[in-house]
Amino acid sequence: MKVAIVKYNAGNIFSVVHALQRIGVEPLLTDSAKELRSADRVVFPGQGEASGAMHYLRERGLDEVIRSLTQPVLGICIGQQLMCRHSEEGDTDCLGIFDADVKRFVPLRHEDKIPHMGWNSLSPCFPLPMSESTSPAVAAPLFKSLPQRGSREGTPFVYFVHSYYVPVCKDTIAVCDYIHPFSAAMQKDNFFATQFHPEKSGAVGQQILRNFLELNR
Amino acid sequence: MLAKRIIPCLDVKDGWTVKGTNFLELREAGDPVELGKAYSRQGADELVFLDITASHEGRKTFTDMVQRVAAETDIPFTVGGGISELSDVERMLSAGADKVSINSAALRRPQLIDEIATRFGSQVCVVAIDAKQDAGGWTCYLNGGRIPTDRNLFDWAREANNRGAGEILFTSMNHDGVKQGFACDALSRLASELTIPVIASGGAGKLEDFRDVFLSGHADAALAASVFHFGQISIPELKQYLRKENINVRL
Repeated sequence: MKVAIVKYNAGNIFSVVHALQRIGVEPLLTDSAKELRSADRVVFPGQGEASGAMHYLRERGLDEVIRSLTQPVLGICIGQQLMCRHSEEGDTDCLGIFDADVKRFVPLRHEDKIPHMGWNSLSPCFPLPMSESTSPAVAAPLFKSLPQRGSREGTPFVYFVHSYYVPVCKDTIAVCDYIHPFSAAMQKDNFFATQFHPEKSGAVGQQILRNFLELNR
Repeated sequence: MLAKRIIPCLDVKDGWTVKGTNFLELREAGDPVELGKAYSRQGADELVFLDITASHEGRKTFTDMVQRVAAETDIPFTVGGGISELSDVERMLSAGADKVSINSAALRRPQLIDEIATRFGSQVCVVAIDAKQDAGGWTCYLNGGRIPTDRNLFDWAREANNRGAGEILFTSMNHDGVKQGFACDALSRLASELTIPVIASGGAGKLEDFRDVFLSGHADAALAASVFHFGQISIPELKQYLRKENINVRL
């Protein structure tokens, strides 16, 4: 399987490379439209700042390339945010794959620290298409067979680091609650995205990456 | 709800962990990478690796170790020790570290915090503070607790917060190594005065100490070394206990 990682100016892409290598995949780090289009899976990771990242993608025509991909695509963290319409970070117009706008967290109490950083629980949404399962952890293809380790009563914990969030919307497939509920994971057609870092989320994160690689096209 | 974090800390010298360990399942207990992986499997939420090497060659060995940790572990990790300028931070992050911890260098040149936060984001900047309580209050120390400064713990922590630190890692020198519990009063005051997470360090001896550091100390995370390394407390046992005490932890 050919897995391509979108190479752009949003730091620490190597943790995703390492995570894929740990499950036996040697990903290709590339900004070539041809390579991205011909890959079986595309990962769009990143940490960083929205306006600089979008500027970089537009300059290289990668915004059009990403939007037009037809294979399963996984956006991670800033990747998920850039797949939305607009971000409050730098008042940035983004890729517009998901019909949602990215907002900055506003603390309501002293305990609400920004960024939202650490392990928080993931609640896959109901109802999900194509599933009659009663267990939330197996409801969406991205969340099937999650290990019990790292879970609390079937609710898996995953690792987050972010100051901006995507509100819950029709493309939301999992919710996390910090200050208020927000989109922890999203899906529209072949586009998947997680606000958390599966590459840093232990056994749970590794299974989510495996699930992404095993999706039916 | 955000889980309270349990963080084992490993001291590394010339690429090798300094303190021995009681991990029976580990053949090479001295290898920080193997040890880190074992802690990750047990349910540690993050790892901290502190480079206590003085030599230049040792630094290179540590960077190699950081690369191996990044390749082989799947939880976030922080590295510290000997980070005094932006280029050190860059080197550690390029090697794959998620965060860096700075201590004496920040006290000597507080602007370093602003620089790291601006360049790499607050989330990578952990400001570690070693402080000791005496008649005059809580005083910050330099160089691993060897040199006192004229800085007060709370003033310095607030300044670090305002300059863009992502977290404060506070070690109470009065409590460190004594195993009679964390400095909950000082921690609780830090938690109420700061707008960033506080990691408690120094004093872990028994399960109840961890409960207290979260419930009375209001810490966001607890860091410990020897109780984990010598097997006095195992992380799965600790987390089960905390869960029973109604503290939200990742199991």
